[in-house]
Amino acid sequence: MAHEEGQQHPISVYLWIWLLLFVLSTFSYMVDYYQLQGYLRWTLILVFMFLKAGLIVAVFMHMMWERLALIYAVLIPPLCLLVLVGLMASEADYTNFTRLMFFGS
Amino acid sequence: MNTGESVEMPGGMQGVVSDWSADKEAFKVPWGKAMMWIFLVSDTFIFASFLTGYMTVRMSTTVPWPNPSEVFALTIAGHHIPLILIAIMTFVLITSSGTMAMAVNYGYRGDRKKVVILMLLTALLGASFVGMQAFEWTKLIVEEGVRPWGNPMGAAQFGSTFFMITGFHGLHVSAGVIYLSVVAFKVWRGDYEKKGNYEIVEITGLYWHFVDLVWVFIFAFFYLW
Repeated sequence: MAHEEGQQHPISVYLWIWLLLFVLSTFSYMVDYYQLQGYLRWTLILVFMFLKAGLIVAVFMHMMWERLALIYAVLIPPLCLLVLVGLMASEADYTNFTRLMFFGS
Repeated sequence: MNTGESVEMPGGMQGVVSDWSADKEAFKVPWGKAMMWIFLVSDTFIFASFLTGYMTVRMSTTVPWPNPSEVFALTIAGHHIPLILIAIMTFVLITSSGTMAMAVNYGYRGDRKKVVILMLLTALLGASFVGMQAFEWTKLIVEEGVRPWGNPMGAAQFGSTFFMITGFHGLHVSAGVIYLSVVAFKVWRGDYEKKGNYEIVEITGLYWHFVDLVWVFIFAFFYLW
């Protein structure tokens, strides 16, 4: 491994990521401040969210410098959650449908 | 594999211990770091389940969902600013993540004094985050009348999911503040000086960045959506 003595990287890397996180947070707050609505709003929220999450995990948590075995062990299992989200979304849709049908709107 | 030598395998409880702890490592990182990662994966599942539950009740309710932009607005110096407290909390947490990353970096450089200062600063920012959250909860409960079983603004599920998700996150931040303070104290006392090993700072950092990471998702899905 290249990092026998632990994760040592130049401080400037952290400062740049820090700054980027600030900018991205400001952007996501602006989405609400300017009251963007509909698909534009949801897309922007998700884009900024994934960018921030990616930067935190990759750089602050040093994931991009770890070995692939650890990266896979950490990042692949949470993909199961997409199945849960999919199942629950269809379930919620159905619940909503039956509520409207039997209890009126 | 078979080298012809017969290796004697201990039996009983000793066998259990040696089988689980023998030289068969998969992850080329210190065990503490691997265990922290595994804990964080399990924590990911907990928070994701909460957020999925929130999605389910929000999608299935026929009552309009309260507008978070309005619910969390504050009037500062006569200006009505939407979601401002949450935005400040977000910036505080990101700042604390930055100071934590710096602490880890100085740890590996062996600059003990800077590590202690930066870790205490991180803990202080975390504590102020919890303080602002306490303010937010108080305002919601006392002034807006939000309860886990209902609220005057709309769908009853708003309260239960809000208190559950932000409460669990706030608990993580509080635990993190204690964790940071303990490790900062041990660094200050010079516990890691003998070994010259500051891995513990990085492991603490992993936990702290995770708390920030979870907030990114809560901010997006609960407050902005």
